[in-house]
Amino acid sequence: MGLALSGAAAQSNLRIGLAEDPDVLDPTLARTYVGRIVFASICDKLFDIDEKLNVVPQLATAHETSADGKTVTIKLRPGVKFHDGETFDAAAAKYSLDRHLNMKGSFRRPELASVTSIDVVDPATIKLNLKEPFSPLLAQLTDRAGMMVSPKAAEAAGDKFGLKPVCAGPYKFVERVQQDRIIVEKFADYWNKDQVFIDKITYLPITDSTVRLANLRSGSLDMIERVLATDIKTVRDNPKLKLVTAVELGYQGLTINLSNGPKADTPLAKDARVRQAFELSIDRDALNQVVFNGEFVVGNQWINPTNPYYQQAFPVPKRDIAKAKALLKEAGVTGRMSLDFMVPNNPETRQVAEVLQSMVAETGFDLKIRVTEFATSLKQSESGEYQLYLIGWSGRSDPDGNSYIFQVCGQPQNNSGYCDKDVDAWHNEARIKSDPAERKKIYEKVAAKYLPEGSIKYLYHRRVLVALSDKVDGYKQMPDGLIRVVGVKLK
Amino acid sequence: MLTFLSQRLLQIIPTLILVSMLIFGLQQLLPGDPALIMAGEERDPKVLEEIREQYRLNEPIPIQYFYWIKGVLAGNLGESMRLKASVSSLVAEKLPVTLQLAAMALVVALGIGIPAGIISAVKKDTAWDYGANVFALWGLSTPNFWLGILMIFLFSVTLGWLPASGYVRLGEDWRASLATTVMPAFVLGNAIAAVLMRHTRSAMLQAMSADYVRTARAKGLYEKRVVLKHALRNAMTPVITLGALEFGTLLSGAVLTEQIFTIPGFGKLIVDSVFNRDYAVVQGVVLVTATTYIVLNLLADVAYVLVNPRLRG
Repeated sequence: MGLALSGAAAQSNLRIGLAEDPDVLDPTLARTYVGRIVFASICDKLFDIDEKLNVVPQLATAHETSADGKTVTIKLRPGVKFHDGETFDAAAAKYSLDRHLNMKGSFRRPELASVTSIDVVDPATIKLNLKEPFSPLLAQLTDRAGMMVSPKAAEAAGDKFGLKPVCAGPYKFVERVQQDRIIVEKFADYWNKDQVFIDKITYLPITDSTVRLANLRSGSLDMIERVLATDIKTVRDNPKLKLVTAVELGYQGLTINLSNGPKADTPLAKDARVRQAFELSIDRDALNQVVFNGEFVVGNQWINPTNPYYQQAFPVPKRDIAKAKALLKEAGVTGRMSLDFMVPNNPETRQVAEVLQSMVAETGFDLKIRVTEFATSLKQSESGEYQLYLIGWSGRSDPDGNSYIFQVCGQPQNNSGYCDKDVDAWHNEARIKSDPAERKKIYEKVAAKYLPEGSIKYLYHRRVLVALSDKVDGYKQMPDGLIRVVGVKLK
Repeated sequence: MLTFLSQRLLQIIPTLILVSMLIFGLQQLLPGDPALIMAGEERDPKVLEEIREQYRLNEPIPIQYFYWIKGVLAGNLGESMRLKASVSSLVAEKLPVTLQLAAMALVVALGIGIPAGIISAVKKDTAWDYGANVFALWGLSTPNFWLGILMIFLFSVTLGWLPASGYVRLGEDWRASLATTVMPAFVLGNAIAAVLMRHTRSAMLQAMSADYVRTARAKGLYEKRVVLKHALRNAMTPVITLGALEFGTLLSGAVLTEQIFTIPGFGKLIVDSVFNRDYAVVQGVVLVTATTYIVLNLLADVAYVLVNPRLRG
């Protein structure tokens, strides 16, 4: 008994508090942000990102894009094993990618839509054949689309694979009790095992942020994600806690209904000058100060100001009521303009909405805040039952993932109905070019047109806030906000 | 007795059908599209269409109901869209958790409510009585979530005595299991304790002024014996009935309490499933809960009849 107890005590266990319960743990079928946090410990990907958002190899070792951009050859890391002991090779990589492409209900299909087929060149090399050059592809392979699953286990489990995922990450899946915990254990045959120091990780979904923080303070947890901006001071004031942050890849903004249904019949939708006046009525800095104690990062683009693709030529505009009023006059708008403002129900967004309401009221916009439950608001945004919608996007490492589906005609998330031939052409051009400098030039053209007259007014970028106990050592926050556990130690 | 039983059993069938239709119908009234929620951020139209087809969301509601009820009759409550797990397995996993919590809360409620009621009746118009009444008023008017967060701050963050949240199964480690459930059980039992206290007090006061109590006292019995044996026994019947009725309050109260303490029971399952529009889970859980109520009701009726044969008629 004594031996057993001391053995158990010697096993280090990192307890991480998650803000939600992840959905199914199958990289092909998964779709939640919180699920990606768990995947970070169990499923390695072909590529990963570094602190500066560069794509770096993980299960791949190198890649080469052909001159015409239509094939991407990927060299695979030798000596990698899946959790069930199966070998990771080109056949397994092809299987995983084919599964993402063909499985019924796969959420990865749109991400890999540019891939037509995958060839096994030799046991350590695969070749991806593309319909047309598609530069965001590598970035897609740094997320779930690049996760490799054990063909044997996936074949046996079918669509139930997510109940017991078998991948090639540093930790192997042990147990899950829905809404309670997910336990993973160090994988002895991991290719980079010298960098894995903790024996076991327990993920505990705790939805209430106050309770999550209380657990960290009481020592029941070692690490929590999504700390509230208003709790930053509490964490900083506690000598036993550390706070690590990164600016989110995505954005928070206001979507204006431009042409989706009868509700789009407003001067705001019809006249770009009115939209500019609206934007000039907003003081983003004040908004950040009032609601988030100045802890977030203000922004006016689909990527944050630290992103290499941020357009410095278009800085965050300052509030200018006089100019806003002049623009409204020019557009022939008289009297107060009443607007239906849909706001998903959570305390933070409600506060943002109220601050915006009082800011734009000075220019003559009368926002009627309609707090709506999240699932309902999604449906209503699809069917155009709004004039203004306060909604964000979690973000992707490639700028295309933050802009294309919202700004290009007829794209699935373009619920505001914005459509411009030039903007479409530039976006498509940026997808083909692989040189970052060239792409940035193209996006500058998009910004010049879309920022003043487009359908989204970008407001700010949240900070990914992770709080940890001082017992946790060696943790580095990556810009995608996920919790990577390789290299982390527990004192 | 057999005729009575078979009659009651026959009555259950239409009730259950009605309940199942209500569950199904009401849920369809919820705004929001389950496929949209299911598709997450990557809302590709093709994927959306596939989800709608896979879960028959395109079909008319009566057809959807038909497939669902057909499955239920075959013992299949369906599959969670979000978790890909069978609803029956989720129910089997969560039900014991909520039952444990409810049972512990009932112990708290009975353990505090009844003694407090007795003391307050016996020591009427003294500081004891006033104290108990203040406690009852406090218990009735304190919201679960507030008391829960307060207790977490006191016992977990400040004193470090109890885990702030989480759950350990009884069979796994009973001590840890009690440690994780004692705070939620107290929060949940607290309000019921207050109700029980008030009822015990008035029932006891009534009993204490009854003739048989006066006779017992006149016989020279010890006061303790008079109170506990004569008065209490008679006063308890309505209180126990009330306690049984409050079991329903426990199950519904568990929704909030489980959310605060992150107890993976029925309450948490249903809240998460409603927000994710995971219809199959909501239907399954509500159906199981309704059936439990109906069966408990039946058992209560049977018990009454056993006690009082005149009701068989």
